[in-house]
Amino acid sequence: MRRRLRVNWRVSLRLLGGVLKWLAIPLAGPLVFTLIDGDPAVPFLVPIVITLAAGLGLERLETDTEMYTREAYLMVSLSWLCVGLLGALPFVIAGNGALAAPVNAVFESMSGITTTGATVIDDFGAHPRSILLWRQVIQWLGGLGILVLAISILSQLSVGGAQLMETESQTQDVNKLTPRISETARLIWRLYAGITLLAAGGLFALGLAGIAPNMDLFNAVSHAMTAVATAGFSPQPDSVGAFAPAAQWLIVPFMFVGATNFILIYFFIKGDWGRPLRNEEFRFYFGLVVGASILMAMLLITDPDLTTAGLEETARLATFQVVSLLTTTGFATVDFNAWSPAAKHLLFACMFLGGMAGSTTCSIKLLRWLIVIKSLRRDLFTTIHPEAVRPVRLSGSAVDEETIQDVFSYTMLSLVIFALATIFVVVDGARSGLGLSEFEAVSAAAATFLNIGPAFGIAGPFNSYGPFSDLTKIVMTLLMYVGRIEIVPVLVLFTPSFWRS
Amino acid sequence: MKILIVGAGQVGESIAKDLAPDHEVTVVDQQSERAEELAYSCDVLTVTGDGTELATLQEADLADSEMVIASTDNDETNIVICSTAAAHSEAFTIARIKHTNYLRTWEGVDRAFGIDSMVCTNLLTARSITRVVGLPAAIDVDPFAGGRVQMAEFEISEACPIVDQTVAEADRYDSLTFAAVIRDDEVVIPDGETIITAGDRVVIIGSPESVHRFADGLEPAHPGDSVEEVAIFGGSEIGYHVTRLLGERGVTPRLIEQESARARELAEELPAAQVMQSDATDVEFLERERINEADVVVAALESDEKNLLVSLLAKRLGVDRTVAIINTPSYVELFETVGVDVAINPRVVVAEEITQLTQSDAAENVALIESDKAEVIEIEVAGDSVLAGRPIQESVADLPDGVVIGAITRNASFVKPRGDTVIQPGDHVVVFVDAAAIDDTTAKI
Repeated sequence: MRRRLRVNWRVSLRLLGGVLKWLAIPLAGPLVFTLIDGDPAVPFLVPIVITLAAGLGLERLETDTEMYTREAYLMVSLSWLCVGLLGALPFVIAGNGALAAPVNAVFESMSGITTTGATVIDDFGAHPRSILLWRQVIQWLGGLGILVLAISILSQLSVGGAQLMETESQTQDVNKLTPRISETARLIWRLYAGITLLAAGGLFALGLAGIAPNMDLFNAVSHAMTAVATAGFSPQPDSVGAFAPAAQWLIVPFMFVGATNFILIYFFIKGDWGRPLRNEEFRFYFGLVVGASILMAMLLITDPDLTTAGLEETARLATFQVVSLLTTTGFATVDFNAWSPAAKHLLFACMFLGGMAGSTTCSIKLLRWLIVIKSLRRDLFTTIHPEAVRPVRLSGSAVDEETIQDVFSYTMLSLVIFALATIFVVVDGARSGLGLSEFEAVSAAAATFLNIGPAFGIAGPFNSYGPFSDLTKIVMTLLMYVGRIEIVPVLVLFTPSFWRS
Repeated sequence: MKILIVGAGQVGESIAKDLAPDHEVTVVDQQSERAEELAYSCDVLTVTGDGTELATLQEADLADSEMVIASTDNDETNIVICSTAAAHSEAFTIARIKHTNYLRTWEGVDRAFGIDSMVCTNLLTARSITRVVGLPAAIDVDPFAGGRVQMAEFEISEACPIVDQTVAEADRYDSLTFAAVIRDDEVVIPDGETIITAGDRVVIIGSPESVHRFADGLEPAHPGDSVEEVAIFGGSEIGYHVTRLLGERGVTPRLIEQESARARELAEELPAAQVMQSDATDVEFLERERINEADVVVAALESDEKNLLVSLLAKRLGVDRTVAIINTPSYVELFETVGVDVAINPRVVVAEEITQLTQSDAAENVALIESDKAEVIEIEVAGDSVLAGRPIQESVADLPDGVVIGAITRNASFVKPRGDTVIQPGDHVVVFVDAAAIDDTTAKI
């Protein structure tokens, strides 16, 4: 007799089908571009057919759409994996440059859908605009996907204390996730698209006004999409550094907004202007961004090897790189490899912060750091006063001890995986004769696992991940994948109890 | 007025005794012996039966009653009694309840449960404790005239600078009246020549500022020192409210609760306090946390004996003042003798409040001194009162002995009563009245 699985995987697959089916629409965007530029359309036609067929086919598998915790974990894990794999198809079929190799194509695609921004492309000229646009589109989709995932699913599944984030309502039935997801998706996607349009419009206006002459519509839309998604792909080999200072400044607030809890933004737009300031995590986020930018500017000013055109340039370089790495975007306006060790390590430290929970940001996230700091401070107090009962409070309300435990486990888990990944990159780098420095290896592991994008050294902002061995790239692809969906949904699939009762 | 009191416990008895002289009081109780006892001790009619049953209430002449007071020891019973009474009569209903959750339900809704007035023991007790804590050395504090007048009772110790002074010498404050001196359980109405001795209790009436200055003057050790360190033992509902009210005044109290789940709950609800989870009688803990440095310790544990123990422990460790909640009336005096500075009986507090609600329109506010030795009442002066339109020195002659006019408020401002002050109709006067003279006084004023 066949043993019954306790997870209704048919429901997960059916919902996955729903996701894949819709992937045909964004694929149609670059398809239009191939017609304009006269490039082959096949790289997009084939994936459209495949996604439609797979999507519609999977949807017939099951009529039930009732999803519970286990089905949600399975569906989330499968979605990011399948979209990552299918997203690589245009790269492989187009077969240009570095992206022709399947490992590279999957790396690039996964880096896209996980909003990482790590690239294997070394020669941007080898690729048609449609392929470059697909990279941007897939990142934008990744940003939207993570917003819906974070706000409607992860907060309900309480992954690593995610339930603490501000969500639109806590009153709905926790067990029935499906209506909640579609409702949140509707709310979020309009907001997300609106902010992206605003960014694109702003950038394009700068281009039209002649302030940033090379900012054409293609570049404006491309950078708007990956700024709001805090993702970091750019069709330009020297990233945002290719544009005038005004365009660089304009991108900063959009990266900042992309890493802000979208529910807060929603209420802010609805007229509740004080809401972000009442949120402790937002105040912490804002304070950190300002503080780190000022510190970075001071480090740049005092660096004797660095000459800048003036205070504006110093402030811009400092603010842009800090915001870019802290929000896990990964744009760059300068090759910060050339900066002093102090400045580089400050950027490295920023990688571990991340923006707010409930945003497109990656990394550990400030919500968790805030809880960690507060509970450590509490522990110091209770060391002196063992009988004191002192709840950890977030924006005034007490956080229960179990959630604090979750936050600590999650943070610890992240750091352990990061450490193991570092060791792997070092060892495999030595095996393949790359001769990586420790800092290069550490930063590359962090930049992929924490979904930042550029690292230091050979994987620096204007370099590529191409030189790494295929094995390292496969592991990094997995790191990006696991890191993006908050580790837990993937790891639980490997526990036997997930599949049995 | 015809008043129906359901529940002849301590509170019911106390109210019945207060009201019996002026009103037609009927008391309902389930226990026949208890009802009989009350019929003898105070002049009231009694009915034996279950107050939640309509038949019982009708037997007690509910239909003609103008007021129903539900004062049993059970919140739900009291609510049902009031609802029943409201459904079947026009009477004004008063429910005595312990827990604030019912108060929250009742508040803001017009006549929820059919209750016209809800008197919450735990909240009133907490308020009463907070007032006492706020005034160093006071053993009883009551506000009058919307807070513009305060009555306070102080115990005079050897160390007080006013010991062996005459009242005239001690009364250095504006807007303050020495209403009475209680010496060896006797109420003495002081004149300027009365000498204050150690062990006396003095009752003063005046503006809150002058009462505070007087209180500060009694404690030369900490001049002008307001209460800063407060430790509250017991996270009961009363303990919770005391902590909350003190927190609102800017004090950060320490609240000690033994049960860990309750401690956590309190800590979550009271961000302004420092909650600690420990046994209140753990001396090592008390010493380590330097409880002795507290200005005031409030004992709000579940039993009188524990409250006494904690108070005595605190005293031994060197705490200046202890305030304890004592539920058994006979313990109050005893505990104050052995070292508790202020013993507060929640039932007395609630009885005071209910009595106050039943006073005819003229008398608005009442405080009992030493349980029943005297009363401080607030009255709005009517045109036909003996006080109206005459200087105080003239009208005093018409008032019985044992009456002191403590303060006057006119158009919401404080007027110090002097011999030549003319009281006008509409003024509010706060009067100290010896128990013996109460009936005579209320009739004349």
